[in-house]
Amino acid sequence: MSRTLLIAEHDGKQLNPSTAKALTGALAVGHPVDIAVFAADAGPVAEQAASLEGADKVLKVERAENEHPLAATLAPQIEALAADYSHVFMPSTTFGKDVMPRAAALLGSPQVSDIMEVLDAHSFKRPIYANNVIVTVKAPSDTVVTGTIRTASFKDAPAGGQAEITDKSLDVELPGHSRFVELEVHKSDRPDLQSAQRVVSGGRGVGNKENFEIIYRIADKLGAGVGASRAAVDAGFVPNDMQVGQTGKIVAPELYMCFGISGAIQHVTGIKDAGTIVAVNKDPDAPIFEIADIGLVGDLFEIIPELEEKLG
Amino acid sequence: MKILVPIKRTIDYNIKAKVTRDGSGVVTDGVKMSINPFDEIALEEAIRIKERGEAEEIIAVSIGVSGAQQQLRTALAMGADRAILVETEEATQPLHAARILLKIREEEGTDLVLMGKQAIDDDANQTGQMLAALWGRPQATFTSKLTFEDGWLKATREVDAGLETIAVELPAVVTTDLRLNEPRFVKMPDIMKAKRKPLDQRKLEELGVEAPAKLEVGTHEPPPERKGGHKVESVDELVAELKERGVLS
Ligand SMILES: Cc1cc2nc3c(=O)[nH]c(=O)nc-3n(C[C@H](O)[C@H](O)[C@H](O)COP(=O)(O)OP(=O)(O)OC[C@H]3O[C@@H](n4cnc5c(N)ncnc54)[C@H](O)[C@@H]3O)c2cc1C
Ligand SMILES: Nc1ncnc2c1ncn2[C@@H]1O[C@H](COP(=O)(O)O)[C@@H](O)[C@H]1O
Repeated sequence: MSRTLLIAEHDGKQLNPSTAKALTGALAVGHPVDIAVFAADAGPVAEQAASLEGADKVLKVERAENEHPLAATLAPQIEALAADYSHVFMPSTTFGKDVMPRAAALLGSPQVSDIMEVLDAHSFKRPIYANNVIVTVKAPSDTVVTGTIRTASFKDAPAGGQAEITDKSLDVELPGHSRFVELEVHKSDRPDLQSAQRVVSGGRGVGNKENFEIIYRIADKLGAGVGASRAAVDAGFVPNDMQVGQTGKIVAPELYMCFGISGAIQHVTGIKDAGTIVAVNKDPDAPIFEIADIGLVGDLFEIIPELEEKLG
Repeated sequence: MKILVPIKRTIDYNIKAKVTRDGSGVVTDGVKMSINPFDEIALEEAIRIKERGEAEEIIAVSIGVSGAQQQLRTALAMGADRAILVETEEATQPLHAARILLKIREEEGTDLVLMGKQAIDDDANQTGQMLAALWGRPQATFTSKLTFEDGWLKATREVDAGLETIAVELPAVVTTDLRLNEPRFVKMPDIMKAKRKPLDQRKLEELGVEAPAKLEVGTHEPPPERKGGHKVESVDELVAELKERGVLS
């Protein structure tokens, strides 16, 4: 039985863009791919998943406990579903990183994290050491293959599909030891970092929270998503969900512009898939210039206003 | 409450890993080794919990080569009460490490396992979740705030959408994110004192843990180099080049 299961990521209403990218990675294995939607009411999200080209079937797994995704309750359900599959994947987002290893352990499967390339049904490439090394790994053929798919490495599966949607009920007992309390979402009308075509980031060099306005302004001018370095997050300039890098988000925009970021390896890891990297830093020796396609030495507080003006 | 803190010996986070000439691995000869930074944060949190009087004992455990004693000594100097080294030459993968940690946890009867979310060498981000699964207990991953109340713990987690708070019943596994705390520096007198703290060395084979299925690790290669570009002298030049590249219209 060669069949792949992809677990959809969503917020109860909207399918997360990571799912469309992970689908492309899952399809590269070469088997039919079904998408499972775990939710209390999976209807709207299942419709969106069904419209992705390449999805074979969409399984709705509805129960009250699935209203908020918790690893402890999802993992045993994934384990039960996996009986019909040779491969089980999730996107390599905080959702997939939390849930997949728990399911993999229940399945006795050594998980492949952050798949960046599919070589064949069992061989994959993945980054290690903060993306400074790429390793090829081969999953055993006598257990189900489990993995998370690095979204920055794959393009969105296009819309236009018409997968069949079916209900799936699972007879699995779920533990009561884990409870969702709340989710504090930082609302933003700006493009989502991980799918934006343009991203503008600020680092410690921006100085403080008030100054960060200048970054938002230039981002809005460019229609860009906004990111930040860890130092900017730690200093409280911006919330944690804006962090780009090894322990933040991996971004792959056409254009990445960073201001007042030194270029630590942990940050650079998160931007290597960008099309064009522009760096503005007042230190001509900042390591960011070693990887930036276009560097400009100078004070960001002088350069950004000028840039705004010249962009018209 | 007793807390188990796994400590992985990894190459120092300031060092850029290099592939060996034959592509079989990563250069480690003469490279500075440290405690995995996320584990240092886990240990710091354990020490703070103990300082608040909410835990009695902190046990640090490392699975690895004999040299990992060095990292365990540092952990003892920071404030762990005793340490266990499960000695093996093999680089254990997460599922295997999870089984070993489960065994040590059983032996020690700890209620809380506080560990890093990710080891900065394999970047797997799996072991804590796998341990929780095998143990049949809750997990609170990527934690940036942690409090205890009536046998439950409340964890605020750094997730892509923002900050999520969950409540889980003890015993449990918690994995740490960078923002949980800033680890203390080790002082000289503490290093001296740590020499007298117990460090129990055990051979992996003697633990009776069965090795699980594993990934076959093949060639290592450097990532495709980004050709470092060039510098421009002015905003005008920058805008012109972006237009030329077709990223600005
Ligand atoms: C385990 C681990 C994981 C990590 N994960 C991440 C991660 O995911 N993402 C991440 O970003 N970091 C991460 N870090 C932190 C990382 O090592 C760096 O500390 C961080 O990226 C530095 O941020 P920065 O470049 O903003 O600050 P700094 O290194 O302090 O650089 C600030 C820069 O701003 C420039 N500057 C100052 N003023 C101006 C001005 N007016 N105009 C122009 N330039 C100016 C300075 O020249 C300097 O180069 C991690 C660290 C560890 C240990
Ligand atoms: N060999 C090991 N020794 C001690 N702890 C480990 C070991 N391997 C993994 N861990 C723990 O598991 C966490 C996650 O590791 P990983 O799943 O490899 O990214 C680390 O931060 C450590 O706390």
